[in-house]
Amino acid sequence: MPTIKIPPVLRASVGGERELEAPGENVRDVLRALVEAHPATASQLFGGDGELNRYVNVYLNDEDVRVLDGLDTSVAPSDTLVILPAMAGG
Amino acid sequence: MSPSGAEFIRQVKAGITETDPQIVHELIGDGVAIVDVREADEWAQGHLPGAKHVPRGYLESRIEGVVPDRSQRVVLYCASGNRSALAARTLGDDLGYEHVESMTGGITLWKDRGYEVELPKTLSAEQRERYSRHILIPEVGESGQQKLLDARVLLLGAGGLGSPTALYLAAAGVGTLGIVDNDVVDLSNLQRQVIHTTARIGVPKVESAEETIHALNPDVTVVPYQTRLDASNIMEIIAGWDIIVDGVDNFPTRYLLNDASVRLQIPVVSASILGFDGQLSIFKPYDGPCYRCLFPEPPPAELAPSCGANGVLGVLPGTMGLLQATEVIKLIVGAGEPAIGRLLLYDALAATLSEVRVRRDPQCPICSRDPASITDEEMGVFPDYEAFCAAAG
Repeated sequence: MPTIKIPPVLRASVGGERELEAPGENVRDVLRALVEAHPATASQLFGGDGELNRYVNVYLNDEDVRVLDGLDTSVAPSDTLVILPAMAGG
Repeated sequence: MSPSGAEFIRQVKAGITETDPQIVHELIGDGVAIVDVREADEWAQGHLPGAKHVPRGYLESRIEGVVPDRSQRVVLYCASGNRSALAARTLGDDLGYEHVESMTGGITLWKDRGYEVELPKTLSAEQRERYSRHILIPEVGESGQQKLLDARVLLLGAGGLGSPTALYLAAAGVGTLGIVDNDVVDLSNLQRQVIHTTARIGVPKVESAEETIHALNPDVTVVPYQTRLDASNIMEIIAGWDIIVDGVDNFPTRYLLNDASVRLQIPVVSASILGFDGQLSIFKPYDGPCYRCLFPEPPPAELAPSCGANGVLGVLPGTMGLLQATEVIKLIVGAGEPAIGRLLLYDALAATLSEVRVRRDPQCPICSRDPASITDEEMGVFPDYEAFCAAAG
């Protein structure tokens, strides 16, 4: 099952986990599975239109899914999805 | 009977190629190695532009380090053309250099003709001692140290990230450090902002930082800006700096900085921290992505906690600030692979450093355009900017 790395701002919504596994064959399915298991993440990941929020970057391994096929990008069981929000602390 | 010294030099000159300064002048910058064979004190008073220095006494042992290719054209010169003639014979006859010439009349005739002389910058004896560990590293060396001393680096913020960055860049001998910060030192800062001290609580951070830097390294000139960076002053403040180090603590300023730095084409070494996590990348306008290519929009205020609200491990800005300082030094001396087009992710709890790729966005609202077309009005603006700033207070 693909692994999802959870950023600090989302950890409270997933019971404090830093890393989770979720089933799915593309980015959309994996993230939807995450949202089903942890509904509090829904509004942080997805906008009302069902698309990823513009301020959330998702990487398949080390590549931004925006330069791949977006939410339709295929995901293998050995892949890692990195959810990465911007941080501004200094 | 042995010839007189003058006769010997005449004989040597008859057997080598001599070249007039006018021709040498045309050769500068043309792939020809120009080598000054005078002593160090003569070299220090000025030399031909782009020349290398190999004193005649070290010619045989050092010439290969300066001109490794024996088929390269080499022009030697000295003060008047005698020592360089002797050196030319050595290079040609004894060391097998194929195209060696000696400049007629030396630098004296060169100057008489009115051609330009370059004054070398040299390190003082104290600087040689202070930076000796840099000079020993081939990637820095004396020329790299000189570049550091000539560099102008602007630090945005003398806080968590800015403190360690400023300390180490000052120690490294970055000659001019600008510091922009409007705050005064607060007791709660001292858990991580190591450039300040308990005795300086209540003192403006730029003042406190300047005091520490001067105590550490008097070579460094500090240019303090006790102000908050905003749209009205950013172009004026950041113009003319070689590199900007971004350690600001809020999104509106990060977008503003991005847009202004793209306009002025100044590279930004950027880091951010929260809790136990740090991010770092270099945004070098038009060579790599900009901040907006990476993060087209900031998260809403409720998903963008600040260190003030959520806390930060005190050593984390130390780690990230020193990664920034490292990237700054690499950019200045031209060593290694800069973190351009890559976002480094440091997870202190997991003790991992990973990276993701960052690509230029061909649709980027800022860096896909001609820098001259970016206007004051659009700098730092993003969708829902006003709502964001209202929510962020």
